[in-house]
Amino acid sequence: MSDFHGLYQEVILDHNRKPHNFRAMAAPDRRAEGFNRLCGDKVTIFLKMDGDRISDVSFQGSGCAISTASASILTDTIKGKTRAEAESLFQKFHELVTGKSAGNGQEAEPAGLGKLAVFSGVSEYPARVKCASLAWHTLHNALDDKHEVVSTEADEPVPGEIR
Amino acid sequence: MAVIPHEILSSTIEGPSSNGFDVYKIREDFPILKQRVNGKPLVYLDNAATSQKPKAVLDALKRYYTEDNANVHRGVHELSQRATKAYEDARVKVQHFLNARDSHEIIFVRGTTEAINLVAMTYGRKNVGAGEEILISAMEHHSNIVPWQILCEEKGANLRVAPINDAGELLLDEFEKLLNSRTKLVAVAHVSNALGTINSIDRIIKLAHRANVPVLIDGAQAAPHLRIDVQALDCDFYTVSGHKLFGPTGIGVLYGKAALLEAMPPFHGGGDMISSVTFEKTLYNVIPYKFEAGTPNIAGVIGLGTGIDYVNKVGLENIGAYEHELLSYATARLSEIAGLRIIGTAKDKAAVLSFVLEGVHPHDAGTILDQEGIAVRTGHHCAQPVMHRFGIPATTRASLAFYNTKEEVDALVDGIKKVKEIFG
Repeated sequence: MSDFHGLYQEVILDHNRKPHNFRAMAAPDRRAEGFNRLCGDKVTIFLKMDGDRISDVSFQGSGCAISTASASILTDTIKGKTRAEAESLFQKFHELVTGKSAGNGQEAEPAGLGKLAVFSGVSEYPARVKCASLAWHTLHNALDDKHEVVSTEADEPVPGEIR
Repeated sequence: MAVIPHEILSSTIEGPSSNGFDVYKIREDFPILKQRVNGKPLVYLDNAATSQKPKAVLDALKRYYTEDNANVHRGVHELSQRATKAYEDARVKVQHFLNARDSHEIIFVRGTTEAINLVAMTYGRKNVGAGEEILISAMEHHSNIVPWQILCEEKGANLRVAPINDAGELLLDEFEKLLNSRTKLVAVAHVSNALGTINSIDRIIKLAHRANVPVLIDGAQAAPHLRIDVQALDCDFYTVSGHKLFGPTGIGVLYGKAALLEAMPPFHGGGDMISSVTFEKTLYNVIPYKFEAGTPNIAGVIGLGTGIDYVNKVGLENIGAYEHELLSYATARLSEIAGLRIIGTAKDKAAVLSFVLEGVHPHDAGTILDQEGIAVRTGHHCAQPVMHRFGIPATTRASLAFYNTKEEVDALVDGIKKVKEIFG
């Protein structure tokens, strides 16, 4: 299985099997939905805010291992962070999965990403960037209190319309 | 589903068969198949998306551009005459391939999608009015849904959809009930790209004609695998995609009965589709040229003609028999895998295996198979209504061609086992 360590790292597979914070929230302060129509990945992010700080976060949805693990690790990572800190992580995460981080894939752990670094392999699979980024775009909308459904299919360089 | 023991199938597939069909020899004709992908021998099982091209087609394209390139139907010079001859010879090849009555019933278009849009925007616009209906099936590709929706919206007409059963077979009784005096056209796939179902188009056409309704058959998935006889079928329109028929991309065919084509208004305006132009009045050219405005895809047409020559050389009957054996073998092997469910189990099926794996999203399966050098398609296959019908967002699809082997099916099975190991 070692050939898949680029993308399907054990941490990702674990989060896919047993996603963290996988539950609906009774009275969230913020919530947003993401849906990639073409591949069927669906995610709903729930937030509890304490002023500017994210005091609790959970998600629900269904999708591929990359999208599920990404949402799960997102919830672990942003709990307790301020809005600005969460947005800054999103920025770094997006650079990582789209291959724009300096020294991508070479360094043991890209700076400041912590556990999110397990997604460094995604940049080599352009068709899967949208899976990894869906939860983060949805979080962004939740923080902005935007209610339209997010799609990240524009992140995919080649749309899925083939016979 | 009948499970066929391996040893029986192995003995029938391995080695040259009595009719001279030797898959290993055929593979030599397809240079692309020789490569390794991600360190593994390429196993190309995405033939329903596009087929690979034999060397003969690649050579024909190169030869055309190297030796004969010129515009058609225009010049008196030698090169133009050569290009025109090659272009029109290919039309006759397509005519014979489909057994059309006349080569003028063969119109070159960009592909099946353009062929269907052409019929919707010319025949449809002229003949379909408010409150009238177009009847399709629940297994259609988006390209045989959306052009009709556009037409219906423009005309205030209604799109009706004949349902399918859990095996992915069209319910002919329901289809018949939907035919009525408001129905102006039936448009149905010959073979479903997502399920592999071979529709009983002869019966569909008979039922529709009994109600005086013309029929368009989307033959994109059928032409590479089945013998087609548009006269015996008596279909009114038939569409073919060149790149699925071992030809280049960007070329396809619309067959139409001459009387229908002659009565239809043109699709695109421009050069070659006119007989005379003044600012007051333009007279249109005769068929097929009326529908071939502008410089056509000359190289594409020549490449398609060469693809058809290649298929004829191998023999459609040989292709059909071999693919059927391969499908039976693949169906039996996939059925051994716990947690794998085949979507599309029609009695009459082309070599398409759409499946879902319990607990594994098709995109994850597709990525892991790709790492094994195996090219399959994952997603909704441009047939979202089919996915809705089966309550799934997507499938993994392996679609076979006559150059695929039993060993490649085994590689797919091993790859799926690896997927299960990783996600287990």
